[in-house]
Amino acid sequence: MFVSCTRPCLLVILLACLTLLPATQVTHAGNRFITVASTTSTDNSGLLAHILPSFEKAAGIQVRTIIAGTGRAINLAERGDVDALFVHHPLSEEQFVRQGYGLRRYDVMYNDFVIVGPAADPAGIRGMDNAVEALRKIATARASFTSRGDDSGTHKQELSLWSDSGIDPQQYSGQWYRETGSGQGATLNLANAIDAYALTDYGTWMSFTNKDNLRLMLRGNPPLLNQYGVILVNPARHPHVKAQDTQCFIDWLISGKGQRAIAGFTHNGQQLFFPNAAQSTQAPPACIANPDSD
Amino acid sequence: MTQPTATIIELDSGKAAPEQEQTCKSPVLPLVISELCYEANQQRLLKYVSCTLTAGNSTIILGPNGAGKSLLLRICQGLIAPASGNISWSGLNPVQARPYVAMVFQKPVLLRRSTAANIDYALAARGVPRKQRRERVTEALELTNLNHLARRSARVLSGGEQQRLAIARAWVTQPEVLLMDEPTSKLDPGASYAVEQLISAIRKQGTKVIMTTHDMGQAQRLGDEVLFLNRGRLLEQTPAKIFFERPQSKQAAAFISGELLY
Amino acid sequence: MSDLSSAFGTAASLILHLDADLLEIVLLSLQISLLATLFAALIGMPLGAALALYRFPGRGFIVAMLNAFMGLPPVVVGLVVYLLLSRSGPLGPLGLLFTPTAMVIAQFMLAAPIIAALTQQTVADLNEEYDEQLRSLGAGPLRAMRTLLWDGRFSLLTAVLAGFGRVSAEVGAVLIVGGNINHVTRVMTTTIALETSKGNLALALALGLILIGLSITLTFTAQSIRDTAYRHYH
Repeated sequence: MFVSCTRPCLLVILLACLTLLPATQVTHAGNRFITVASTTSTDNSGLLAHILPSFEKAAGIQVRTIIAGTGRAINLAERGDVDALFVHHPLSEEQFVRQGYGLRRYDVMYNDFVIVGPAADPAGIRGMDNAVEALRKIATARASFTSRGDDSGTHKQELSLWSDSGIDPQQYSGQWYRETGSGQGATLNLANAIDAYALTDYGTWMSFTNKDNLRLMLRGNPPLLNQYGVILVNPARHPHVKAQDTQCFIDWLISGKGQRAIAGFTHNGQQLFFPNAAQSTQAPPACIANPDSD
Repeated sequence: MTQPTATIIELDSGKAAPEQEQTCKSPVLPLVISELCYEANQQRLLKYVSCTLTAGNSTIILGPNGAGKSLLLRICQGLIAPASGNISWSGLNPVQARPYVAMVFQKPVLLRRSTAANIDYALAARGVPRKQRRERVTEALELTNLNHLARRSARVLSGGEQQRLAIARAWVTQPEVLLMDEPTSKLDPGASYAVEQLISAIRKQGTKVIMTTHDMGQAQRLGDEVLFLNRGRLLEQTPAKIFFERPQSKQAAAFISGELLY
Repeated sequence: MSDLSSAFGTAASLILHLDADLLEIVLLSLQISLLATLFAALIGMPLGAALALYRFPGRGFIVAMLNAFMGLPPVVVGLVVYLLLSRSGPLGPLGLLFTPTAMVIAQFMLAAPIIAALTQQTVADLNEEYDEQLRSLGAGPLRAMRTLLWDGRFSLLTAVLAGFGRVSAEVGAVLIVGGNINHVTRVMTTTIALETSKGNLALALALGLILIGLSITLTFTAQSIRDTAYRHYH
């Protein structure tokens, strides 16, 4: 009859045990890991899920990826919140290295940007091969265009195309020019919903499943190159960066094994990313103990 | 209301003698109230009440609704502060006197826990060590004939049982004075009778009972002296017998004959 | 419409097959939100009760802050926690960013104000009834606080459920401080956001249905426990 005070305490302790126990397991599971900031295109396309397991297995290092637009990914790296950057805007990446945030930039792979749009094609750009011309036609037709508007690699590419076209889309913002401020998938979802054109990397477009009324309109000739690079965050600036393990990942990515893994990623039989590391070597990096596992 | 009331009387007669000695060295009586006024919303609800209440007898505060009976009790317990005037429990102010003065409210708040735990709470709040509490709780349960309901949740008890529990909870701290505000006003006759038996048992133990009521029969059965309040004024302080036979004020006479209600 | 119906189908098949990844995500979501709610209750309830019972300088300010924080957008809370836990932030050396712990901290900050504010209301209301009785029984302020919290437990469960409801449904804060890392910090809501961005609307909606189902089950269980207990204690 005097236990009424102890009963809630017991309950709290029980609940705490129940919830804490598995939580500690989660944090202990991956003892050796690195954190890499990468972009929606590498993740949403399924590339990372395809190539990372073989590295993780061979090296015994878990790769935790934070998926963000290139702009935010670079910000994360500058603040030291990740060990490496794996993004696609060479100009920003080089600046990142110049400013001392990163050690060295390596080319990894490329794909290309395409313009997609509603099947009805109100601006009449289907089949064109010059993206700058196509954007001019879209602007002239006042056809809806969805922009990432999030300082991502794709967004930066789009802005440079507009700049080449001599049109400042900002003055039409909120009219036919819609800035979503979100990822590639969300932007394509919106384009589909409002019958708008959009710039996207080819890999994301191919793996995007809510195409519905959207069609591929333009694939550049020459291609609108979308170059991906990887950079180790400068350990001199952020001492907690796991330089050794991260360099191991970078070495693997640009090695023959990593490059073949990238080339081997296909969607409906189509290769989405094209490896182009400068000094691709056949030999796996020394940090991987068991080079035979693939 | 269903329990045999005879047991209460038996219990009482067994315990009355040893307890009575304590009241002689009561630290809080006499209670001296002088020129006490209480105001709320610019209305004076108690007007210059003065009286002295001594140990050894029981005091019934009588009066129609709105006379200020409950206010007076709450001031005595230190729950509300008077606007002016003085109240002294043998030199202690009402808050200082609280360890010796327990109160049973007209609508007692029973805690959401068992009957026994409600009684235990009063002891714990007074800092009685856990070891001594169990025995005293049992004692209080026996006095109020609630043993069989010890583990029952207090809030599901019947009205009479709840009132007895409230009395047990007040009594268990062994107060010198027990203030009771209309202890039977919400009860049916059977339950009222049981509560009255309980009060008279406590009274016979030597605990000073100060109780408000507007039930004249109850006042006659339980009261040694009567304070008659009307519209915030203390009109009479007389032995109960005299009050009912020869009321001095015409308001009291009207009240007794049932003509003065508000 | 086809998306909706296929979402129900996908949800059913996800549950029937009890996919290991799904189970992991569900368990992590529950752990994080329950832990955050638990800590929020441990801090928020005494805080709310103290605000209801004590008068002290700055009290009005704290109450106003609590009420404002009840409606804070999760993204803002996420951002603040991110800036605190970031390697370049004041708590950076702890290395908590992108861990479940960081998510618990963010959700704690979302739940605590709700629980504290609702507790304050409940305790203040209950105190109207209890105040004189407790003082008469000789209970000091601390004991009174404990008593009011315990006797208000049935109403306070609603406060806790409100806190849990807020954190289990939010995506903004956990996405920023957790990073949505697969097998580490990926929870129901961030998965739903991710699948939506991939265009897998049916899968996203299916996950949403499971989340709603879980939430309803949990709330329902808590409420029936309360109702049973309430009938017992009244």
